[in-house]
Amino acid sequence: MSDARAKSMRTPLGRVRNLGAAHSGTSDFWRQRITAVAMTLLIVPVVVVVIMLLGRNQAGAAQILGSLPIALIMLLFVIASCWHMKIGMQVVIEDYVHSEPLKLVAIMANNFFAVTVALASIYALIKLSTGV
Amino acid sequence: MILSIVHRATGVALYFGTLLLAWWLIAAASGPSAYSYVQGFMGSFLGRLIMFGYTWALLHHLLSGIRHFVWDLGYGFKPNERETLTWGALIGGITLTVLVWIVAYAVGGGR
Repeated sequence: MSDARAKSMRTPLGRVRNLGAAHSGTSDFWRQRITAVAMTLLIVPVVVVVIMLLGRNQAGAAQILGSLPIALIMLLFVIASCWHMKIGMQVVIEDYVHSEPLKLVAIMANNFFAVTVALASIYALIKLSTGV
Repeated sequence: MILSIVHRATGVALYFGTLLLAWWLIAAASGPSAYSYVQGFMGSFLGRLIMFGYTWALLHHLLSGIRHFVWDLGYGFKPNERETLTWGALIGGITLTVLVWIVAYAVGGGR
C-alpha cells in the first residue's frame, strides 16, 4: 500500500475522489425508523383485528380479513414488519457473524426469508379479499 | 444495558414469530380444515404459551423501540431518564401483555 502510494503520481485526494461514500449508508437506518413508526401507529388496529378473530371459524375469519380496511391494515403491517425484521436481522448478522462466506450466506438467507414471509402473507390477504 | 440485548432478543424471536402470522393468514385463505388445524395448535397449552410469549415480545419490543425513538431525537440520556425509560419499557411491556390477554379472554372467550 505504501509502495503503491510512493510510486503513484496521483495525489491522495485524486485517488479517493468518487470512491467515497455511496450516499446510501443511512438508508437502512432511516427505513428501520420509518417501518418502526408505521408499526407503532398500526399496532392498536392490528391487536383489535386479532382479538376480533379469536374463536371464529374460517368463514368468519375470512369475512373479517377480506374487508377492505382490515385487509389494508394487515397488508401495511406485514410489509412494515417484514422490511423492519430484514434490516434488524442483517444488523444482528453483521454484528455476530465474522466469517465472510458465512455472513454472505446468512444475509442472503435473511433476504429470502423476509421476502418469502412477506409475499406469502400478502398473497393470502389478497386471496381473502378477492375470494378466489 | 441488559435491556439492549433483550430488545435484540425479542426482535429475533419476532422474526421467527412472523412464520406463525404467515401460517395463520395462509390457513385462513386456504379453507376450513387448514384453519381449524391452526386453531387447534394455537388453542393448545403450548400454542397459548407461544402466543403469550409472542405478545410480550411484540409489546416489549414496541415500548423498547419507542425508547430508541426518544434517544434518536436526542432526549433521555441523563442517568435517571435512562432508568425511567428502561423500567417503563419493562413494566409497560408486561402490563400491556396481561391487559391484552384479559381483553382477549373477555372478548374471544365468549365465542
